[in-house]
This record gives sequence, structure tokens and C-alpha cells, in this order.
Amino acid sequence: MIATETRQAISDLYANYAYYIDADRLEEWLDFFTPDCVYKIIPRENAAAGLPLSVMLCENRNMLRDRVVSLREANIYNLHVDRHFISGLRIEAPENGVYPVQANYAVYQTTAEGVSMLFSVGAYDDKVTFVNGVPRFKEKIVVIDTAAIINLLATPL
Amino acid sequence: MRNAPDLSFPRADLSRIPYGVYHDQETYEREQELIFRGPTWSYLGHEAELPNPGDFLTTYVGETPVILNRAQDGALHAFVNRCAHRGSVVRREVRGNARTHTCIYHQWSYNQAGDLTGIPFRNGVKGKGGLATDFDTACHGLRKLKVQSLKGVVFGSFAETPEPLLDYLDAPVVAHLERLMHSPIRVLGYQRQFIRGNWKLYTDNLRDPYHGGLLHMFQIAFGIARLSNRGGAMMDRRHRHNISYTAEGTDSPDGAKAYEQTARGQAKHQLADHSLLDMRHEWKDGLTLTIMSIFPNVVFQQIRNSLAIRQIRPKGLDAFELHWTYYGYQNDDDEMTKLRLRQANFAGPAGLISMEDGEAIELVHRATARDREAHSIVEMGGRGPIHDQDHLVTDVPMRGFWTYYCELMGFTPGSNM
Ligand code: FES
Ligand SMILES: [Fe+2]
Repeated sequence: MIATETRQAISDLYANYAYYIDADRLEEWLDFFTPDCVYKIIPRENAAAGLPLSVMLCENRNMLRDRVVSLREANIYNLHVDRHFISGLRIEAPENGVYPVQANYAVYQTTAEGVSMLFSVGAYDDKVTFVNGVPRFKEKIVVIDTAAIINLLATPL
Repeated sequence: MRNAPDLSFPRADLSRIPYGVYHDQETYEREQELIFRGPTWSYLGHEAELPNPGDFLTTYVGETPVILNRAQDGALHAFVNRCAHRGSVVRREVRGNARTHTCIYHQWSYNQAGDLTGIPFRNGVKGKGGLATDFDTACHGLRKLKVQSLKGVVFGSFAETPEPLLDYLDAPVVAHLERLMHSPIRVLGYQRQFIRGNWKLYTDNLRDPYHGGLLHMFQIAFGIARLSNRGGAMMDRRHRHNISYTAEGTDSPDGAKAYEQTARGQAKHQLADHSLLDMRHEWKDGLTLTIMSIFPNVVFQQIRNSLAIRQIRPKGLDAFELHWTYYGYQNDDDEMTKLRLRQANFAGPAGLISMEDGEAIELVHRATARDREAHSIVEMGGRGPIHDQDHLVTDVPMRGFWTYYCELMGFTPGSNM
């Protein structure tokens, strides 16, 4: 049995995770990760075939931060708003205090001219740990079903 | 042949490209026939993807679906992935292993060379139905392509008697392929990018080193590399293909100066994690970035230690898929594989260095849909004869692509104005 408060805290983590991306508050969003976190976006076709290649790979929070700085300062990408829909949160019993968590996601993008489209669908396969009583992502693996990425992938999923 | 009504290439040196060529449906249909099913060689896949007898993969030549298959005897075959009976896709999987290919619709089946070998109820039931006795299965196999492999890279051609592959590629391309395929490779995985623009906007993009240090600012913002590094572009004798190259760490003081005029040219950021820049020098030539584009549908990328093959798969007039096959070498140590996987962050749909290409292509495609008779300007690096470039401030190789394109399509540049 996972305590209700734990369940609630993890569930809040996902709500906040989505909120901070969609609100374009990526600098604050970084705080949801542990310093040694892994953030990876991998196409399902690779994961299923046992191929290691991802589309985005950050091996710690500093690399994730570099991504965010690059988005702000260097990269040019489609002007858009993200909207995350996360559902079906499934929390497994912890191992050494680390909770395996799975969930489905859908991300819609809306252009500057107000046209929306489904941008990406997939699943999270995560590891959540508690730091000073607060849940943080130790591992965030985004397995994308939408392997054929429309235009480009800049903002995190 | 004639130019489509509102399509003109007003200059013989191809320094003007009509916007209409990216938007004309009839032109697109003719490209499928005259280019992809014409005298060209298209990339099909890599032998490393088909190590065992019976291995197959599904791929595309232009918009035509194709199966690449290794037969029991080890030979490679390629044939159109469309049933000879009523036209269904025969193989739906991306890859697999099989002795025969059976169409789901009425279960006609084909062998590993694409020959028709089985027709259910061919002779009917109790003397009724079935096919006439003179139906000749030998005439109804899957349409075959000529297949040739060079250092494991498999090319296919629809032409009856295509130009020999080595002549088609020519010396610089062959040498560069040998450089990249110096030992057996191992596929690390795939990426796909679906770009809503005409496929030729991408072949243009590849032959335009000029945009590299202006659109893609990651390396500049973090002080990693600049357009002012030693670099250039090498072509085959007919300028169909192009190898753009750069050697990092060869910048000059006027490089920094030239960037003072640009909006985003300052290196004012530091990476928090430098491991992204860890690199091993693999080649004696010191080149850290090489992008080789082979007419019409493939690109070989070396960005530091990140190696990939990009295949261009047109999906109608207004979109194409870019299909990336990342690889390393079978004898890479674990640390090297880690480097390659990490450096995959540089390119691809989420590439720190090159994600902008998708956006640039979509922007051009959208804005050029009207004014088809207007032209883009291709004059960086000069007008007139096409030759190799020993700097990066150029888009001369684009004119090489268009010269061969016009030849295949029957367009006569310089004739309409
Ligand atoms: S369409 Fe393939 S068997 Fe009929
Ligand atoms: Fe580019």
C-alpha cells in the first residue's frame, strides 16, 4: 500500500510538471528534478527494438539546464503554446525509496495564429524520489509513440 | 519537354529558382518518374540492418514504397512494396525476417527476390473459378530495382541500365563514403522528422553552408564554432552531390568581427555541463563536421562523433519525412558509444545545433505558396560556373543540384527570359 499523502504528493508533482512547461516557466520547472536526474525522450520504435538512441538525452540536471538556456538564447523554433494532458498515473511500490511511476501524456501545440494540433502522444516511465519530503524526478523517460516528430521538438514533453 | 506554365529558371547558372517548383503538382508527379524512377541511384538502407538471410526492411524511393531484402543466399534484392494483384501494400512492418512475403488481401505470396510464387485457389475449386491456365506468374512479380552496395551502403535504381554506381557517385563521394564506412557499423537507433515543406527545400538547405552559422546559433551562443572556421564544399564532377565540411578550432579574428554585424552573434553563454563537448578525433583530416548530400535522397552526417544517415522520403508535394539512422562502429568501446549517444543531441528533430532547419523549411514553404513566378536568390559565393568552395559563405552547391535537376526534368534554364 502506498500512503495517500505520498500518492497525492506524486500526483501533484505531475500536475506541476505540466503546469510549468505549459506556462513557459522552464527555469523553475528544472527544480522538479534531482541534480543527478536523467531526462530522455526516446521513440517507441527504438525502445521496443532495444536500440539505445534517443531524440533528447540529458544525463543530469545541468544538461537539462543547458537545454533551457539554449532554447532561450540560441535556438529558433516554431512559435507555439504547449498544453499537456497527463493521465493514468500508476505508482508502483518503492525500491530503496524510489517510486517507479508510469503515465500517459498528450501534448497539443497551438500556433501564434491560434491553430491547435496534436503534437505528441506517448508514455512516461519515471522514477520519483523524495528529497526533504518533496517528490522529485530522478529519471524521466518519455517514450514517444509519435516518432515522426512534426517539424521539430524544442520544448520538453 | 516544356516548363510548367508559370515555372521559369531565368538564369543559365541557376542563380534564380522559381518558387513554383516547390508547389507545382505536375512537377512533383514528373519528379517521381524522371528523378526517383529515372537514371538516379537512391539510398535504400544499410547492410548492417540486414545481417541475416531473410532480413528485410521497408523503405521508400521517392514516394514509392520498396522492400529491401536479404535472400537465403545472402544476395540483396529490392522490389516495389505493392502487390501485383490489386495493389495492396505487401509488407506493413518496418523490418522483419521472412522466407516469403504474403499479401494480406488475397494471400498472393512472393519470394525474397520479389517473384510471385503463390496464388491461393489458382485452379479454382472443383473446376470452378481460379485463374485462366495461361496466366503467367513470371510476368507478375513485384517490380524490381537494380541494387548495389558500396561499403555496406545499399543503393537502388529503377533504371534498366543505370550509370555505374561508382561513376554516378564519383571520386570525392566514394572517398568520403569509404572514410565513414571504414569498418563495420552498428545501428544505434532511428529518428523521424515530419516536415511540412517540399522535399527540395531540404536538398537546398543541405547545399547551403551559408545558413549554418546564421540560422543555427547554438554553437555560436556557447562559443563552440563559427562560420569563420576553416571549411568549404566539395562536389563531384557534375556537381550533383556535395560535401560540406568544417574543422573546428580554426577560427580567425575577422570571424569574430564579421559576427559583430549580426543580431545574435555573441558568445555570451557557458555550458553548465561540458561533457556534451567531449569528443574524440576519429579522422586524421581533422574535420569535425561533414555533411554529404547525395542526389537525390540521402545525406551522411558526421557532427563530431555523431554519425547518421538521413533519408529523404517525400510525402506528397507539401511534406517529407526525414528518416535518420544513427550508427557507430562495431568495435567502438562503451565510452565511445556513450559519446555518440550523447552527441545525438546535436542534430535530429530536437537537435541543439540543427533543429531550426525544420522551421526554416516550413516558413519558406508557407510563404512561397503564392507568387510562383517569383524567384529565390542563389548568389552567395558568386554567379557563373560552379566549382568547389574553400569557405562557408556560399550556396554554390545548390546550383549544382538544380543543374542536374533541370537536366533530368527537361527544363532549360536561361531560356525563358
Ligand atoms: S491485393 Fe494482394 S493478394 Fe490481392
Ligand atoms: Fe541546417
